[in-house]
Amino acid sequence: MPHDRHHHDHDHGSELTETELRVRTLESLLVEKGYVDPAALDVLVETYEKNVGPRNGARVVAKAWTDPDYKAWLLKDASAAIASLGYTGRQGEDMIVLENTDNVHNMVVCTLCSCYPWPVLGLPPTWYKAAPYRARSVSQPRSVLAEFDVTLPESTEIRVWDSTAETRYMILPMRPDGTDGWSAEQLADIVTRDSMIGTGLVEKSA
Amino acid sequence: MNGAHDLGGGHGHGPIAPDPNEPLFHAGWERKAFSLTLAMGFTGQWNIDQARFARESMAPGRYLETTYYEHWLHGLEVLLAERALVSEAEIQAAESIGETKPLPRILNAADVLPALQKGGSAKRDESTAGQPKFQPGAHVTARNINPPTHTRVPRYVRGRTGVIDRVHGVFVFPDTHSKTGDERPQWLYAVRFEGTELWGPDAEVGACVYVDLWDDYLDPA
Repeated sequence: MPHDRHHHDHDHGSELTETELRVRTLESLLVEKGYVDPAALDVLVETYEKNVGPRNGARVVAKAWTDPDYKAWLLKDASAAIASLGYTGRQGEDMIVLENTDNVHNMVVCTLCSCYPWPVLGLPPTWYKAAPYRARSVSQPRSVLAEFDVTLPESTEIRVWDSTAETRYMILPMRPDGTDGWSAEQLADIVTRDSMIGTGLVEKSA
Repeated sequence: MNGAHDLGGGHGHGPIAPDPNEPLFHAGWERKAFSLTLAMGFTGQWNIDQARFARESMAPGRYLETTYYEHWLHGLEVLLAERALVSEAEIQAAESIGETKPLPRILNAADVLPALQKGGSAKRDESTAGQPKFQPGAHVTARNINPPTHTRVPRYVRGRTGVIDRVHGVFVFPDTHSKTGDERPQWLYAVRFEGTELWGPDAEVGACVYVDLWDDYLDPA
């Protein structure tokens, strides 16, 4: 992986890489100048490491699967419907939710950077931010999906949404068969992050 | 700008390699690159389109060989240097040199959650932009523009024709917002492009792409 390139020729733990050193220097300069509150840095990291992640999106999906009125609202005004569950803010201010069906499979990319709906999915995985997915999802979505072990019939239209603006997209995946009568909590437990990006399908035995 | 960041349609980047057990951050410095960027963004010394442009300005070879948070770090250093907040000389010397410019707004720990939950929508009142130029179903061609400055019309749709799928509303226009801070709010649409229109005979069966494009990127087809 490219991020390992700095680590080739030094002893483990005894030396800082150039990048580590620059970040450390930058941090101390910004703190020294009073531009950054070090405690704020910790809260920012903790928020996304502990609190804001794909479990939020999974709860949105499970509610949509179990509440037809909520689902209709979510597909019509996703920002408001998602905010009603308490998920709002940065990188999710203007949300669109797209429903996957037997006939249409939606998936999301940001070819120009890595735009991603943070309040519902948290911070994006490396593959979403890296060149292979950003390059090929728009031109070869079926081959990209195959790398996630997803194969769809040719009769299923694939719609790839390139997040070039400040609208943020989340997918409402198909509810798996055999989950009738499941509670929203049970359903939320089987909803995966990738299914809400559109690179995965939800399976009953997650 | 036609930089290495504009990746859509490219080949040769290797497998996608999803890692189901990936940690959110891979190293301490990634946590810092992330949190320093957000904290400094909050000070209001630049806007998000200026931040994106700073990341895109990385030399193409280097952009492709580095990771996401290295792009962020590069962008942060560029923005800090441009605004005379932290110079390269200070980073080299690892100490503050000369006067420190006071900032009107700092992100304190107690403000983090409210600030994140509030966010900052780029949506603007519809009255600021008049009537939308296009309605759903209209055929449009993405303009073939190649500004050396920030733009959000990817190369792979320039000159291509699609259909307006939906009207999102009125949003800040990234090109002018990045260049001068001018929001120039205008209508934003999701435009549907058929795979064959973008990729010719190499398009996959039954695949299409939706791209969010503003009025100033579009002409009637």
